[in-house]
Amino acid sequence: MPEQTRYHSVRLDKDRCRGCTNCLQHCPTEAIRVRGGRAHIIDTLCIDCGECIRICDYHAKVAVTDTLEDIRRFKYRIALPAPTLYGQFRGLRKPEYVLEALKQVGFDDVFEVARGADVVTRAIRERLRDKSIPRPVISSACPAVVRLIQVRFPELLEHVIDIRQPMEVAASIARGEFCKKNGCKPEEVGCFFITPCPAKMTAIRRPLGQEKSELDGAISMMEIYGLLMPHIDKMQSNPDFEPATRYGVAWATSDGEANAVSPERSLSVDGIPNVIRVLEEVENDKLRDLEYLEGNACIGGCVGGALVFENNYVAKAAIRQMVSAMPQQHPDASVPVSMLTKYPVKNDRPFEPSAALRLDENLVVALQKMNRMNQILERLPGYDCGSCGSPTCKAFAEDIVRGFVKSEMDCVHLMKNKLRIMAQDMVTLAQSTIDLGGNHHESE
Amino acid sequence: MNALMTNTYPVTAADYTSAGRASADIKRKLKQLGVSGDVLRRVAVASYEVELNLVIHSLGGELSLSVYPDRVQLVSSDVGPGIPDLSLAMREGWSTANDEARSLGFGAGMGLPNMKRNADDFDIQSEVGKGTVITMGFRLA
Repeated sequence: MPEQTRYHSVRLDKDRCRGCTNCLQHCPTEAIRVRGGRAHIIDTLCIDCGECIRICDYHAKVAVTDTLEDIRRFKYRIALPAPTLYGQFRGLRKPEYVLEALKQVGFDDVFEVARGADVVTRAIRERLRDKSIPRPVISSACPAVVRLIQVRFPELLEHVIDIRQPMEVAASIARGEFCKKNGCKPEEVGCFFITPCPAKMTAIRRPLGQEKSELDGAISMMEIYGLLMPHIDKMQSNPDFEPATRYGVAWATSDGEANAVSPERSLSVDGIPNVIRVLEEVENDKLRDLEYLEGNACIGGCVGGALVFENNYVAKAAIRQMVSAMPQQHPDASVPVSMLTKYPVKNDRPFEPSAALRLDENLVVALQKMNRMNQILERLPGYDCGSCGSPTCKAFAEDIVRGFVKSEMDCVHLMKNKLRIMAQDMVTLAQSTIDLGGNHHESE
Repeated sequence: MNALMTNTYPVTAADYTSAGRASADIKRKLKQLGVSGDVLRRVAVASYEVELNLVIHSLGGELSLSVYPDRVQLVSSDVGPGIPDLSLAMREGWSTANDEARSLGFGAGMGLPNMKRNADDFDIQSEVGKGTVITMGFRLA
């Protein structure tokens, strides 16, 4: 069983894990196994979506993020809140109030990731002029979806847009502007994303499409929520504040990005199982007429992230209400085209396909393994109960072939059957040897 | 050369609920075998089209996937009704799909041409009253 070696924000707290099977069947990439009484996460399959964090009753699945202590290693600190943060406070009328509150809890400056989303919207719209990118072009904003494509749909990677995520673009601009204004060095400035999900944290430590992230860390929205609360109502507005557009703020919710990028010919889908179904359609070449596809791992979009406080539907409504009061200006008008060359907006490396699904590098060996898998599968009951520690009978058969499981007898149903046969054999044996017992009376 | 693996999937006529399951499993198996990129895309498209054809047009049949060291083969065979005019059926935009299928977005008349375009070799045999057999081969790079 390969243990986690690459960086993942989603981890297991071994002491809390009871070895139940709740997380097994909720993991969309079947990345969890229960062995030896506790869960294990398979490194190459985990996409850091956070489903297991939501489902675990024992809080044994955790997301590792930075703490407010961690920001102190920088002389200057900038907070970069995801627009999802605005949906966490009921009745919040302007993003500004939250931004000012962030300055009260240890940050020197604040830069809206929604402004990054504005620049990214403009950059994507420019990039879509290139008709050689296969359609539909797929958003790269949700790192869990990009990793899902790497693992399960590697042949669709050429559809994924090579423009950076809003948080990355926002961090470049924030650092650049801060250094210019305050005359300090870039390395003195720490940029911290206020994150709704573990996938973004992983994307900072193990970037997608970039050699190095522009961010220095991420603080969980859940952690900062309580600290911000007391500072929210009191704040005065800041006259220097340059707000993001309503389109940038709407990236927090499903369809926000698609609507900003290509309102006429886009599709947005949320929730990993739904995203998988739509990607299957793309794979079957059934969505060729579509220009742009936005996929979010979480229901409702980022407002549904595993590290947010507010109910995702409530947060979505709050964002919509806030956005409806903002001016009708599209990023095409608010973001000058010069912005796209002033700061890096394009990826500097391709998205790498993952070989995690492959049974073997050699086709013939892989076929032998698959044939063995199918033979094992025929003997299994097909209950997909998870008692063996694998999420489904199919996964169990695969685990045997991959050598993660030693014996088919880890299946309790096969074991029970075997015991029944053994018991019958013992009875038969006992009956057939009864004459040798000496412990009985001869019939007369 | 014998196939190293063959999997057969029964396909029921007019069963739109299960339509696409066989091709989804075919894709998954090929990914596990390490088939990727362009070949996988082409098999994906052709297997989906041929499976949907069985659902929409046939009286039922089966789809089989065979894997050889150097190629993948898909064979669809059905129990009827058979195609009266093959050259017409192969024409782009020509379809006999019924209203139910059309209401679900099928019937654009691209099924067979799409299969032919995506396969490296394509063969169709049909006899009215008996059935249709479509054989498609895909070379593994």
